[in-house]
Amino acid sequence: MQALTAGPTDAPRRQIIIGTTLGVVAMVMMVGGMLAVWSEQRTNFVERDGNWLPSGVVIPEVAANVALIAFIALCTFAQWALWAAKRNDRGHGVFALSATALVAIMVINAQAFIYSEMGLGVGDGAYATMFYALTGFFMALMIIGVIFTVVAAFRFAGGRSDNEILAAHAIYWYAMSVIYTAIWFVVYVTK
Amino acid sequence: MTTIDPTAEVIASGVEAGDSALGRLLAAAADWLTSADHKKIGRLFLGGGLLGLLGTVAINVILGIERSGIGNINDGAMAQILDAQRVGLVFGTLLPLAIGLCVAVVPMQLGARSLAFPRLAAAGFWMWAGGLTFSMIALVNNGGGLGGDPDMVDLFLGAHGLMAIGLAATGVSIATSVLTTRAPGMSMRRVPFFAMSALVMGLGLVLLMPVLLGTLTYLFVDHRNGRQAFGGNTGLYDWAGWIFSPGAAMLFALPVAGLLAEGAPLLFKQRTPARGVVFAGFGLMGVAAVGSVTQQAVHNVPWYGSDLNFGGSYEVRENLFDLVPWAMFNLLPLLGLTIVLLMVLLQAKPVKGARPNVTPALAFGFLGLGMVMVGMIGTALFAIEDLGLQGTVFAEGALIYVVYGTVLAALGGMAYWAPKLWGVNLPATKVLPFAGLGVLATVLASLPSYVAGFDEPRDIYAILVLVGHVLMALTALGFIGLLVTSVMSSEGDAEADPYDGQTLEWATASPAPANNFVDPPSVMSAEPLVDSKQNYGQIDSEKGDS
Repeated sequence: MQALTAGPTDAPRRQIIIGTTLGVVAMVMMVGGMLAVWSEQRTNFVERDGNWLPSGVVIPEVAANVALIAFIALCTFAQWALWAAKRNDRGHGVFALSATALVAIMVINAQAFIYSEMGLGVGDGAYATMFYALTGFFMALMIIGVIFTVVAAFRFAGGRSDNEILAAHAIYWYAMSVIYTAIWFVVYVTK
Repeated sequence: MTTIDPTAEVIASGVEAGDSALGRLLAAAADWLTSADHKKIGRLFLGGGLLGLLGTVAINVILGIERSGIGNINDGAMAQILDAQRVGLVFGTLLPLAIGLCVAVVPMQLGARSLAFPRLAAAGFWMWAGGLTFSMIALVNNGGGLGGDPDMVDLFLGAHGLMAIGLAATGVSIATSVLTTRAPGMSMRRVPFFAMSALVMGLGLVLLMPVLLGTLTYLFVDHRNGRQAFGGNTGLYDWAGWIFSPGAAMLFALPVAGLLAEGAPLLFKQRTPARGVVFAGFGLMGVAAVGSVTQQAVHNVPWYGSDLNFGGSYEVRENLFDLVPWAMFNLLPLLGLTIVLLMVLLQAKPVKGARPNVTPALAFGFLGLGMVMVGMIGTALFAIEDLGLQGTVFAEGALIYVVYGTVLAALGGMAYWAPKLWGVNLPATKVLPFAGLGVLATVLASLPSYVAGFDEPRDIYAILVLVGHVLMALTALGFIGLLVTSVMSSEGDAEADPYDGQTLEWATASPAPANNFVDPPSVMSAEPLVDSKQNYGQIDSEKGDS
């Protein structure tokens, strides 16, 4: 057997982008599955008891709508950071990433405000347990996103010249905006 | 970019051993526990899967003793034993064995120096191991789907969530490896069959495990807070029981088909024509399995695929409405499997004058796939309500066919790739008898459940099932014994390419070094090693002529 000739240096195949994409596919499947169970249970409870949302509970829709609008800003800032990185513009890049983190924290705050205003305990019936499980997972994903942003910002500010992680970071926030839009429609609009 | 991946040098460095025996032992343990070498992570999964198999066999033996009337088990413990059987078969045996083989072998097949995100895969292993341990602790302490201790039920749910996260993480690692770490020149059309089946399985893990995690989260929060949404413990099997179904198990058994497709071209040393057809077979199996799980609510699919009712009370239109989803969920995967099998049989056509090269991949893969196929046929039959199989042990037989078929293939894969993973060549004369014993064990452990489904539960069926499980334990123990003695007596002279292979893993030394390849090899075809071998596949007389 002849020895195989050595190939050229590994071609960059965007490992972080592919890995992040698979990760966000997993996130979308998870939230999609939870929303499907939510819809099924809502139908069951409406058929059985006549109502799903506990009486007296008011969802603060303004906060939910503002959070949805904030995702437009989040995606814009994440894309801005990538744009700046491609031009090696460190100042704009770090500013865009900081803005991304700030808006993400504002969304987390909006969700906490919704919890506070609803005054619903986690043990207050089927709606409450499912609401907190679903939105709690959303909060966890938001916190992971903030950590992702901070790590990307430190790498970028520290002089890393590659922009693959910033592309993956933007993909993450695009996916999160899709996830929140679905939650907003199912949980806050159709209730 | 390599900020998440460790460099090959870091992987290779390992942990420095101390001077004393204890120091060396601790260093070796630390090296294994923290390793980012995909071969070690894969072997950890395989070892865990074999331990899980032995534990599951023990549970099945206890169950067999009860069912055959030989002994009596405390009725209160029966629910936990049934839970332990299902968890052991799917999470304890099937998943770690299939994933372990993929993690250990796929990067070598791709010509890669390491797995993509190896530490993610390592974390996945520890989450799986921790979750399985916690779920067993919960079952022992009156937890599980029908358990009486609320805290232990919660632990059981949380443990499954942990396993789901770990397995999804490992799925991301496997799929990313196939998509991004292929050797230069290896397009997706040139990916080896086993690696392609691993990709489909990895994507299946990425798609299904998060759905399981989300559902378990609902169940956990609800169970801790009033139990009003999902009806307490029983909600587990109503809402998340699909993960224990043969349909989901079939998706995780896909590497069995990959192993067989890997071994077939070596039988008469031919290149594989129409590789895309085999890939399509894998895809059909994967898509149908994912579909059967994700479309449950739409088609009212209760775990095992859509119900089909031929009964006279139904209108013709209703029957057709039932038939389509049933066929989609049950016949499509069978079609995919049949395609793979037909392609293999096409290559098994004897070449005049050539001696067949029967590898463990072919023998174990063929028998394993046959067992999985019988399980899938059983799953399709089980969904036909008119047969009256629902509520019987028939489904258990189907699941055991699929899981034990995968065990057979995993043993075959370990034997086939033993030179790369352990540095030993396991002679076919010693390995192949385990294939026969394993098939006998699988048939005995499953077929009586099929018969009992049509007939009625009888002691003799339970005794035969019991014997089957014991034989499976003997198969696994015998194989482990052969492997251990071979490794102990090895002088480190394993051949690099004992089967005259076609794929890249046979281009490196045996055992494969930590980085697999010094330089990434260049690939010019789907069978890169054939390109570098003169007179490959020609019978001896032709070789002489040339």
